[in-house]
Amino acid sequence: MSALLQVRALSHRYGRRIGCEDVSFDLHPGELLCIVGESGSGKSTLLNTVAAQLAPTSGAVRYHQKNGDWLDLGALSEADRRRLAREEWGFVTQNPRDGLRLNVSAGANVAERLMALGQRDYGRLRDIARGWLERVEIDPARIDDAPTGFSGGMQQRLQIARTLVTQPRLVFMDEPTAGLDVSVQARILDLLRRLVNELGLAAIMVTHDLAVARLLAARTLVMQGGRVVESGLTDQILDDPQHPYTQLLVSSVLTT
Amino acid sequence: MYVAVKGGERAIARSLELLAEARRGDTAVPELELAQIRQQLRLGVARVMQEGSLYDEDLAALAIRQAAGDMQEAIFLLRAYRTTLPRFGYSEPLATQAMRVRRRVSGTFKDVPGGQVLGPTYDYTQRLLEFGASAASNTVEADEPLATTMPRVLDLLDAEALIERIDPGSDPEPTDLTRDPLMFPADRATRLQNLARGDEGFLLGMAYSTQRGYAESHPFAGEIRMGEVDVLICPEELGFAIEIGEITLTECQMINQFHGGNGVPPQFTRGYGLSMGEGERKAMAMALVDRSLRCDELGEPAYAPAQNQEFVLSHSDNVEASGFVQHLKLPHYVDFQAELSLLRTLAAQQRKAAGTEALA
Amino acid sequence: MSTPYNFAFLDENTKRMLRRALLKAVAIPGYQVPFGSREMPLPYGWGTGGIQVTAALLGPDDVLKVIDQGADDTTNAVNIRRFFGRVAGVATTERTADASVIQTRHRIPEIPLREDQLLVFQVPEPEPLRTLEPREAETRTMHALADYGLMHVKLYEDIAQYGHIATSYDYPVMVDGRYLTSPSPIPKFDNPKLDRSPALMLFGAGREKRLYAIPPYTRVESLAFDDHPFEIQRWEHHCALCGAGDSYLDEVVVDDRGTRMFVCSDTDYCSQRRDDATEEAA
Repeated sequence: MSALLQVRALSHRYGRRIGCEDVSFDLHPGELLCIVGESGSGKSTLLNTVAAQLAPTSGAVRYHQKNGDWLDLGALSEADRRRLAREEWGFVTQNPRDGLRLNVSAGANVAERLMALGQRDYGRLRDIARGWLERVEIDPARIDDAPTGFSGGMQQRLQIARTLVTQPRLVFMDEPTAGLDVSVQARILDLLRRLVNELGLAAIMVTHDLAVARLLAARTLVMQGGRVVESGLTDQILDDPQHPYTQLLVSSVLTT
Repeated sequence: MYVAVKGGERAIARSLELLAEARRGDTAVPELELAQIRQQLRLGVARVMQEGSLYDEDLAALAIRQAAGDMQEAIFLLRAYRTTLPRFGYSEPLATQAMRVRRRVSGTFKDVPGGQVLGPTYDYTQRLLEFGASAASNTVEADEPLATTMPRVLDLLDAEALIERIDPGSDPEPTDLTRDPLMFPADRATRLQNLARGDEGFLLGMAYSTQRGYAESHPFAGEIRMGEVDVLICPEELGFAIEIGEITLTECQMINQFHGGNGVPPQFTRGYGLSMGEGERKAMAMALVDRSLRCDELGEPAYAPAQNQEFVLSHSDNVEASGFVQHLKLPHYVDFQAELSLLRTLAAQQRKAAGTEALA
Repeated sequence: MSTPYNFAFLDENTKRMLRRALLKAVAIPGYQVPFGSREMPLPYGWGTGGIQVTAALLGPDDVLKVIDQGADDTTNAVNIRRFFGRVAGVATTERTADASVIQTRHRIPEIPLREDQLLVFQVPEPEPLRTLEPREAETRTMHALADYGLMHVKLYEDIAQYGHIATSYDYPVMVDGRYLTSPSPIPKFDNPKLDRSPALMLFGAGREKRLYAIPPYTRVESLAFDDHPFEIQRWEHHCALCGAGDSYLDEVVVDDRGTRMFVCSDTDYCSQRRDDATEEAA
């Protein structure tokens, strides 16, 4: 099967400081890839550079569009970037408050992307929104409530519903569970695993938590100092880490 | 029987008569002469010229008299007149380093070449109301003649490479905000032009906010100077610059928080303010706001109102602000009727829903 | 005329600049054209945009009508008419049918306009997205990309909270299927008159320094949902003066017990109808 995304020798520098350096990988349709590393390892920079939020200093990212054409994301116009973000991609931010529209109801949050794509039937939008609230385990009776009154976990689930409602082909997630209690985290990870399988999503998720990678990702990249130090099947990496840094990460998980 | 309201024309005519009467006041009291306003209310004249964007003391005095001392109204009058004036050309950049200085203070050095010169300032007046005629002497003898050249304080730091160097040659061709609309993002030259025309009170408030933690930039008043500067133009047919007169200016150069990194040694940064006539408060406020608006260029986190260029530049102009705030007194009854009718519909709907519930 | 000012106040170069911007506006229906708005001798927010457009278009043979809230005799309308009387000396009229240029604030006349008439709107806030997105750089990008989902979020939210789209004036429209546009604060009652109007409609926002246009016979749709279609205001009453049942009505409180009566907001329409009735009776 042909790749959805090709990343080649990608670097992003902040002045002289390295953000990420010389990263290459492919992402295939339906695949969930985790990027793990400690804070400051460059994983969020990599995610943002791949998602065309940051301009690459060198290297290339190519994306295989729905219409079959390959698009060079390094030379992406603002118009194309927004079109992709609206029609083919989704973003889930670490803090749900950054990804939600807090001054409008939960229903409006879920329906926004559908309306941006031209859906104009209010009753149908409500039905879809209720369906998605149920899917992410929020009581559909709360459709007209503002997300400001929701708990952190509910807000994150609402953001997931809002992002996935248009069934994007590619989803970028930046530490979606990092700010939450452990019990809440488990529920959201479970939910994500189910939705990713049901919808056949391709996704790139940044996390500092190896357990998250083990639960969700078939493949994992391990980053240190802006570079990928190890990559491969997640189980293999966790059971038989080759790079000393990965060994350290794995052992620190085991000891805690 | 109700008759539709008529008589707007007559009402306006009568209102203008009343205004003229109120403005003139008791005719037993002599009318203010323009020379009196120009000379004895010179700081008001300076503000009207500055925010009216027109250096003409007589017209500013006329506007102040016509506006009965309402400075914003006077500024508006001057601006509306300025619109109709033909544009002959643009002056050469003003050489403020060659200013014939009457006042010059620095907060950063105890003494500087040319000295600290208080000049005419309200700073140390103790603000006691002077009942009776103000003590006036016609001439004040200078203790000693002022230095003929006074280097700018910031140039001294510049020589040591301790302050960022601004290359005027790299400035883009300036926009003329009275001819072209303000577009975002605005470059520094355009921002300064907007701030120069901006309301003194608004800039003062924004500048003050930067001192109270909303975008702290650690300012020092490097130098404030006031005096006369020659205005030169270069007519195309001559090919060289000629002097067409002099104007009074107040210039403020702030020295701010240093920056460095990326191979560049740390250097102080600059904030700049310039005002026509004696306009020290305005020039200082402008310099602080100029500096806070440079946050993007200097890579500073932008979170405060004074760092948001759309917020500051869109709301600085008092002719725009005054017009739009006060337009609310115009009739809005068509829109109000639309809102009333909507509100009645919603209320009726709710009553009906409540009634249905009560029955159920 | 003994005024030091040019015909219609603005100098000819400025008028040329305005006409160029207006041509661009006509060429891109609904697009907001930035222009070098001049400081006018009337306050910002009081019609400086409309006045500049009118000044750029007026010729000595034009007949000008100025209305505010539909009426010719409200003080601001009188003042603007007086201004052009003073600086241009053009003929003025209160009769819609006789005017070649109509400058308006907040209304479109009830009598259908013709191809040989121009309607000039005074616009306080040209950006229909402004209350939803305060940053100009962002709203310009949204227009460039026709990224208008946010506007529907607002309408959705209205229905969710109130059961109705709670916008009663300045009701956003799509012009020629491309640009989301503010019709200026006219009541939504007037929106249908924008659609395929034979008269050229020009919009001037002086303070915000934008011009835009709806050329003759252009498709103008008021935003709505399929199952919550656009509706205009209706009254239970007819005009107490002329009996019209099809015009926009002003509500007037006539005594301190709160008695109300409803009369036409378009004073010319109302008085024409009354004149016709008197003639018929005679």
